[in-house]
Amino acid sequence: MSIIRLSVNGRPYTVDAEPKTSLLTVLREHLDLTGSKYGCGEGQCGACTVLIDGKAQRSCVTPVGSISQRPITTIEGLASGEQLHPVQEAFLDAEAMQCGYCTSGMIMSAVALLQRNPAPKESEIIAFMDGNVCRCGTYPRIVRAIQKAAKVAIASSAAKGAGR
Amino acid sequence: MSNRNQAQILLEPERYELRAAAPYRFDLDRREFFRFLGAGVLVVSILQSAGVAQESGGASRRRGDSLPKEIDAWLHLGENGKITVYTGKVEMGQNIRTSLSQAVAEELPVPIEKIEMVMGDTRLTPFDMGTFGSRTTPTMNFELRKVAAAAREMLIALAAAQWQTDPQKLVAADGKVTDPQNHRSLDYAALTKGQQLTKIVTVGTSLIPATSWKVSGQSASKVDGRDFVTGRHRYPSDQKLPDMLYGKVCRPTSFNATLVSVETQKAEQMGATVVHDGNFVGVAAASTELAAAAIAAIHAEWKSEPQASSKELFDYLRKNTVAGTDVTGDGDQFDVGKVDQALGSADHRLQQTYTVSYIAHTPLEPRAALAKWDGDNLTVWTGTQRPFGVRGQLAEAFRIPEDRVRVLMPDTGSGYGGKHTGETAIEAARLARTAQRPVKVGWTREEEFTWAYFRPAGVIDVSSGVRSDGTITAWEFHNFNSGSAGIRSYYEIPNQHIVFHATKSPLRQGSYRALAATANHFARESHMDEMAHAVKMDPLEFRLKNLKDERLRAVFEAAAKQFGWGKTKTPGQGFGMGGGYEKLGNIATFAEVGVDRKSGEVKVVRVVSAFECGAIVNPDNLRNQIEGSNVQGLGGALFEAIEFENGKILNGKMSEYRVPRFSDVPVLETVLLDRKDLPSAGAGECPMVGLAPAIANAIFDASGVRLRSLPLVPNGLKQS
Repeated sequence: MSIIRLSVNGRPYTVDAEPKTSLLTVLREHLDLTGSKYGCGEGQCGACTVLIDGKAQRSCVTPVGSISQRPITTIEGLASGEQLHPVQEAFLDAEAMQCGYCTSGMIMSAVALLQRNPAPKESEIIAFMDGNVCRCGTYPRIVRAIQKAAKVAIASSAAKGAGR
Repeated sequence: MSNRNQAQILLEPERYELRAAAPYRFDLDRREFFRFLGAGVLVVSILQSAGVAQESGGASRRRGDSLPKEIDAWLHLGENGKITVYTGKVEMGQNIRTSLSQAVAEELPVPIEKIEMVMGDTRLTPFDMGTFGSRTTPTMNFELRKVAAAAREMLIALAAAQWQTDPQKLVAADGKVTDPQNHRSLDYAALTKGQQLTKIVTVGTSLIPATSWKVSGQSASKVDGRDFVTGRHRYPSDQKLPDMLYGKVCRPTSFNATLVSVETQKAEQMGATVVHDGNFVGVAAASTELAAAAIAAIHAEWKSEPQASSKELFDYLRKNTVAGTDVTGDGDQFDVGKVDQALGSADHRLQQTYTVSYIAHTPLEPRAALAKWDGDNLTVWTGTQRPFGVRGQLAEAFRIPEDRVRVLMPDTGSGYGGKHTGETAIEAARLARTAQRPVKVGWTREEEFTWAYFRPAGVIDVSSGVRSDGTITAWEFHNFNSGSAGIRSYYEIPNQHIVFHATKSPLRQGSYRALAATANHFARESHMDEMAHAVKMDPLEFRLKNLKDERLRAVFEAAAKQFGWGKTKTPGQGFGMGGGYEKLGNIATFAEVGVDRKSGEVKVVRVVSAFECGAIVNPDNLRNQIEGSNVQGLGGALFEAIEFENGKILNGKMSEYRVPRFSDVPVLETVLLDRKDLPSAGAGECPMVGLAPAIANAIFDASGVRLRSLPLVPNGLKQS
């Protein structure tokens, strides 16, 4: 075992784990951050998606020893206090879930997409999100939620720009 | 079959719905309730089947202070105004936590956010067989409406007594009883304060008709949606207790294997608790990694006999029929008229065979359970559609009475019929007993693919006779193994012979969303198309000619209109339809596909579904369920199939078993027919059954290739 330092949701953590242990296991078992889910263990379903340095990563296939000090954001760190992130709001508005087990991974992937591409076309959303599985089949609603979140973000940044 | 007897259909037994009634139901003491719940008003409803039990002598006379045994739900209005509803049903994404809250909010009436639903906890909620068969809406929703309506009557009576006025002059709304004439009101908390009143729902309780609904019948957001978008909700696999260990089980090398020998010293030296009990070998350790390493360090030898493989599956099913295992009774055979004669005299005769593969539910949350012993008492948190069934399994496995076992079901990461059983509950409890600490077992995806159960595979033989004018005269239908749900035809056919044949199954099989209705509708609705082509009739016209059922005609007509049936197509484009009724719902599905004959690629471009399930409870959630049925149904229709060989699964990983993804989804259009004059039915299953035949028929329309096996195009459309 080794002492590994992590920065998760803006907080420093020290964990005692094997460097090859998956980040998902460390988040869930060591830090009790259970919002990131296990779905397949081979990076095929996206339920475990977190942001590392702002990029969507499958935490189930990311060795915890490979991250070093790069900042990690999980679903638990997305809202500011009671203020939900626009993507979280959009998922609620579009009722883009059934059982909700894929939801945190979907939201984290969507946040990463919108950071890279603030106004994605439908085909770009589908291409980017294709690695995330929803067995309940709410894909069309998730696409709508992402489109809505993009619109809200653009409108709010335009409003900020106008206010300057 | 045009005059459907709803009650009969409701009670129709289904082979692969694993179910069992409680062996005993003990008297409930009224005083116990109040000791546990606190003072207030308690309203209970009695199981619909209680009348049947009484007829057969199943119910005994009650003691003076006891409640009836056959309670299926209850509602408590605390003296602090807290409203708690108790039901044994469970939430796994079908959104009943919300739709049942709507029912109570409607009838009580009270704002929806004031209601707390306690679900699927065998200590706190009344016995329930399980959450399956699309029965929550037609049964529990109805029961809870009655319970809430009875509570409303009781609150009005309390207010009338306090004000010494006529209850008819009082109105209950928004958590208060109001006397409009005298401008006074009392909230429910004030009325229930200091009370210890019980009421049993009677037939006389009047419900608000669907035409006057204000909360039901409207779209309501998921009541706890915020917990899901923030990651706060704790699924079964997220449960944690102090001092908890992580458990893992040593799996046999193939199905039906027996343990010959096992070496466990190395695992023990690693600090894991090792349990070897008969064929069970498992470990509990401080982390999942240590548990996995300990399992890897165990050397076990297994022995098994040669077993059938997927390559020979359909031959196997035909050759391995079993007699005397008929557990479902008269659902298995249906005869009318003289089929042989009618086939002989028909203008056109068709004979075809259709097959369906085993498929895996692949719930995104694999099975998980956390078990804890307190002396001889066992508590298990697990993801299951049958908490009471799992309680029974645990009691049996550990030879303890059921009242020492408590099973709780935190809202789980989906089921689709795949979580009727308690494998992880038993594994975790066995490990926890030796470890003397709580143990959590969470299956890996590979374990879920291998050690859960599958949707039954099946072979269906259809022979039909049809007159040149398009009248179907003969219908012979043999289903091997896949099941009897939806086996009967809804078309008007004077001569029918329909048989379900039970067979041995090479794989463990069980319930799956829509059960065998998917297979039976695939065969029937594909064959309808084949007959239509044989008599050179339009497939829609052919169906309507042989269909009297008004509700089913209505969905076919509505879907056809939305789809634009009859429009001209471009090369490579194909249109098809399928539909029927199941679980009291009526579906018609129209599909458009694009077929590229060069590459063999088949793309489902557009799907239109028209659905009618009586009075709609929550329109947006209904759309969500129909869309989800179509998306999930795409997998079984196009590419999902479990491959296996000699007791081993060959594609038991997410990277090897293809499930529908974003890029597979067609344009989905949904037409809802709201029948406020009819009782509400469930919608989680029926909308799925029309999809596979609609796609198969559309592929034929596009390419002239008739596909009769599900999945239709796992490797694209082969050159012919």
